[in-house]
Amino acid sequence: MEIDRALGWLQTTAAAKAISENEILFPWIESVHVLAIVLVVGTISIVDLRLLGMASLDRAVSRLMHDVLPYTWAAFVIAAITGLLMFSSDAVNYAHNFFFRGKLVLLALAGLNMAVFHIVGVGDVARWGTTRQTPLPAKAAAVVSLLVWISVVTFGRGIGFTMH
Amino acid sequence: MSPALTKSLNAICAWIDQTPLSQAIQVTNWVVPTVQTVHILAVAVVASSAFMIDLRLIGVFWPDRPMKSVGSRFLPFVWWPLLVLFATGAIMIIGEPARSLKNPAFQLKMTLLVAALVVTGLIQFFQRRDAGFGDLGRGPRAVAVTVAVVSLALWTAIIFAGRWIAYYA
Repeated sequence: MEIDRALGWLQTTAAAKAISENEILFPWIESVHVLAIVLVVGTISIVDLRLLGMASLDRAVSRLMHDVLPYTWAAFVIAAITGLLMFSSDAVNYAHNFFFRGKLVLLALAGLNMAVFHIVGVGDVARWGTTRQTPLPAKAAAVVSLLVWISVVTFGRGIGFTMH
Repeated sequence: MSPALTKSLNAICAWIDQTPLSQAIQVTNWVVPTVQTVHILAVAVVASSAFMIDLRLIGVFWPDRPMKSVGSRFLPFVWWPLLVLFATGAIMIIGEPARSLKNPAFQLKMTLLVAALVVTGLIQFFQRRDAGFGDLGRGPRAVAVTVAVVSLALWTAIIFAGRWIAYYA
């Protein structure tokens, strides 16, 4: 398969070989990955709980998102970079791993949910102010977000149990 | 670790290992992965909440909000999910006693956890004693910033130690 050849090549790059051969490099990169995911999930939950009217109710939604989401994005970038580094060290096997593939699909879903929320709600968010109860579509987006990110963590853990 | 302590630890692990509950967890494949996932999700809540408190103490997150209100928003999300962490942790220890109790990474994690809980308690104590603790424009912030940096380092180290358990197993 063409893509397997490309992935095979990726594994031969200097960085990929260094990670797969060095006994402590992978664990360190993985630990940073876990920390980053912890922060992505944790900070996204702050926003989702606000959209659901369950926490930070004295903060306007737009203000809260403006304050919290930069941390979410920074953590996500670190998660993506460390993820890519780990992936490269054993690309072919990861690419064929059910949980890894599922995790990528879920990440795409999370992105889609976020995009829809922003596109559909870009005008509304500013108007909500400190209203406690956001409109139903916003709450739906928050529920989807929480469910998807919980699934991302679940599938991520699944990778660890099924890669050998 | 002293020979006597090692012997006691071995005996404890062996005893736990032969209990019906431990045996049940060992043979039911889905328990440990499920419990680990719940554990990680609870860590996400606890650690992120501690992080936001610490970033506020340093003055980079929500600096305009009174520390008291930031504390009341996030401290419950540090303390309550700890119950979930202890419950899921207990299941993992019971299911795999040697892998946890005899593991140097696990032992380090527990030590760091005690320290992190003491620091979090300290933050709460300082706040109760002085309503303006951590607020900007109220004089020297050395204590607030130091406590926050130590807290950040501890929670980060706990997460790292947690992942390293697998590598010392």
